[in-house]
Amino acid sequence: MGVDVGGTNTDAVLMDGSTVLGWTKQPTTGDVSSGVAAAITAVLEQVGVAPGAIASVMIGTTHFANALVERRQLDQVGVLRLASPSGEALPPMTGWPADLTARIGEHVFLLPGGYEMDGREIAPLDEAKVRDAAAMLRARGVDTVAISSAFASINPAMEMRAAEIVRAAHPGAVVTVSNAIGRIGFIERENAAILNAALTSLAGRVISSFERALAMIGVSAPLYISQNDGTLISAAQAAAYPVLTIGSGPTNSMRGAAFLTGVSDAIVMDVGGTTTDVGVLTNGFPRESSIAVDIGGVRTNFRMPDILAIGLGGGTRVHLDTALYGAAALDEAAVRVGPDSVGFRIAEEAMLFGGDTLTTSDVAVATGRAAFGDPARLPVLSDAMLETVWRRIQTMLAESMDRMKTARGDVTILAVGGGNFLIPDTLKGAVKVVRPPHAAVANAVGAAIAQVGAQVEQLVRYDNVPRATAIAQLRDEARARVVAAGGDGDKVQIVDVEEMFLSYMPGRAAQLRVRAVSDLAGEGGNPGASRERLAAHAH
Amino acid sequence: MRIDQAALADLATGAAFLGSGGGGDPYYAQLLGEAELARRGSFEMVALDALADDALVVPCGWVGAPTVSVEKLPSGKEAVTGLRRLETILGRKIDAVMPIEIGGSNGLAPLVAAAELGVPVVDADGMGRAFPESQMAIFNIHGISACPSVVTAASGSLTVIETSDNHEHERLARALAMALGGIAHMVEYPLRGEQAKAHAIPGTISAAIALGAAIREARAAGEDPFEALFAALRATGLYPHAGTLFDGKITDLERETQGGFSVGRIVIEAFDGQSRVEVDFQNENLVARRDGTIIAFVPDILTVMDRETADSITTERLKYGQRVKLIGAAAPAVLRTGRALGFVGPRAFGYPDAYRPIEQLNGWGA
Repeated sequence: MGVDVGGTNTDAVLMDGSTVLGWTKQPTTGDVSSGVAAAITAVLEQVGVAPGAIASVMIGTTHFANALVERRQLDQVGVLRLASPSGEALPPMTGWPADLTARIGEHVFLLPGGYEMDGREIAPLDEAKVRDAAAMLRARGVDTVAISSAFASINPAMEMRAAEIVRAAHPGAVVTVSNAIGRIGFIERENAAILNAALTSLAGRVISSFERALAMIGVSAPLYISQNDGTLISAAQAAAYPVLTIGSGPTNSMRGAAFLTGVSDAIVMDVGGTTTDVGVLTNGFPRESSIAVDIGGVRTNFRMPDILAIGLGGGTRVHLDTALYGAAALDEAAVRVGPDSVGFRIAEEAMLFGGDTLTTSDVAVATGRAAFGDPARLPVLSDAMLETVWRRIQTMLAESMDRMKTARGDVTILAVGGGNFLIPDTLKGAVKVVRPPHAAVANAVGAAIAQVGAQVEQLVRYDNVPRATAIAQLRDEARARVVAAGGDGDKVQIVDVEEMFLSYMPGRAAQLRVRAVSDLAGEGGNPGASRERLAAHAH
Repeated sequence: MRIDQAALADLATGAAFLGSGGGGDPYYAQLLGEAELARRGSFEMVALDALADDALVVPCGWVGAPTVSVEKLPSGKEAVTGLRRLETILGRKIDAVMPIEIGGSNGLAPLVAAAELGVPVVDADGMGRAFPESQMAIFNIHGISACPSVVTAASGSLTVIETSDNHEHERLARALAMALGGIAHMVEYPLRGEQAKAHAIPGTISAAIALGAAIREARAAGEDPFEALFAALRATGLYPHAGTLFDGKITDLERETQGGFSVGRIVIEAFDGQSRVEVDFQNENLVARRDGTIIAFVPDILTVMDRETADSITTERLKYGQRVKLIGAAAPAVLRTGRALGFVGPRAFGYPDAYRPIEQLNGWGA
């Protein structure tokens, strides 16, 4: 069972191997869980399958990304940085959008500590100062803490000791240490740790509401959450590290689109209720951004798909003077589409549903490009007006496609998402538009066909083993682990090879880390086996 | 001339390219610059030829391994402390500050130092790009002493170097940087205005801003940012040839912090797997070989860029799997003279080969 929990809709799809057995799209509810329960129940009833027959549930959610972008439901975070006097010129959250810093609060402590690259301490950890900071946070009622320290990705000891002290002095605190979620690059790693800490309460609530939803409807299968790279983590890991899942929405929609169409090189346009995400598929993989990814205006160094999001979806408002609804001729410049939308209130506010807001959906239905709601409730809209608004929408889509193109020439477009009716069968700059079956739930399909990942790491002394041999061995081992965890041996990709020379060790020594991913093997295989594979993978 | 926030962002983009992979990712320097701008509004920049002959102009920047600079952040006091000590030693006020190298974060760092000192930054630099070693500055090539020179660190420590041998100055500075954790700030080559006017490479800050603006504007207009960059490089008059040397994916990366530098090698493979390029680096990218044949030599500029966004990827930010273009550009003419090549050509880096210009190796403009 693949589930996609978006800001507007919760989609579910039941799959048996590579076959979609049934799907649904239900409104996302305020409590999240009842929407998830309703979606899963609807699919099970549609297909006639008992809850106990589900082998596993994979949920992808944009909830955490939305919370950061919209600056809501975020915790105040106490930030303890162990690096002083180094870094005092760039205190935590430098360069962040002011509204986000204000929301998270400026509970920042620049404390002595951190390591030099050769392993020496920049300054010894001052345990009393850490304890005092924790006590102060406790007194202020700040219960989430992020700890960062220089070179923590090579030596995490100081961060771990500080976390212990904080937990002892402030027993209610939930602590994120930077070494758990990032690599080299102090500011980016610290940013990710702070964002993760800010999502602590929300993640706890959302993940437990997923679990509650499953319990409510009698599904006992294990629950997994989609990560940024398309692989899965356990619900418990996702609750502790929500920031690792914030890019899963675009990843799932792009992988779902590739899976449903069989096309491996294309531009994917996922039209939701409020936005269209435009991404690029190359050899079946989402194109990633090379350097930095901004999340809610904050720089991180996560690997995630390079996505262009534009404010155009099925619920997007069409701004036009009502006096011009019946116009005999209309200039495209007089029409503004978006970027605001009615979001999940589309079923009340769109004219199709008796509301008084003109949306892109109203225009699509009025022109016969989509059929839902009650067209009789639409006001009189002239052909010229409809034609002009439609042309404006097409211009926006064509421009976004153009911005993501890697080369001149026309490309294949994969049209997915609940609002995919906004993309016509022919679009300027496109060779063709492919609209697969189940396009509306490509995201949930992407969650269901999650990838298997495995990471191996080893300290290697190149004086003993030649570098090329060591890397080749680790690549083979990563490959073997992915296959053992249920990955398809023919589709294994080495996605990362990281080598960190440890200059404080004698001779030439490096920490090698290799990560491989693959699609789940055995499409149509027996669910019990895939459950075991996933369980093995999650550990 | 004033540098505001928009110009600072363009400068960061342009300096990252001119760094030839080195000089450090300008992002952290940009953050520091933005914080300073929030207090001051804008930075003051003067043209090189506007300097008085007897002015005291001081180049400065960070020395060490860029791989360290992304973890060991500045305390913020390093530059001003060093510049003030130089004033004490010379018994006079500094009139202007200059980047020792325009490439990477060192192209931006002196802006904040100058602002804190209350003096302008000069629109010029000592390398026209970035180089790993201090004696590769154009001032050494013209026989000017690097000393007195002041090295400061985040810990607050300060060292004055006095030697008449600029190679020895580099060795001492490097050893200091290593002892100080791998990165330190250095004030060096104090210049009289007339020396600066005779030898500094003029207009490089405004050139970097123009390169950044070209990339930004091309992106906004949906045009090819690489073509825009090449046109902007030629338009500066300093970098007369530029082009794409290779397009592919990073399939191997060996990077080590060694002897106070970040040294290593990357392999970029074409998407069809039929061809590959190897690039050697010592902080900066030095030499590129396509299928065994050299296609670019230092001092020509060699920068790895994201193949979609045209973001420059400095050597410490390279990662396995990145999809990149290798872009080359001709170095300023003053770095290609026989005399200059002795200091900054391939043989200065231990390669047996004689330098050949990038435009000849690649048949550009033929």
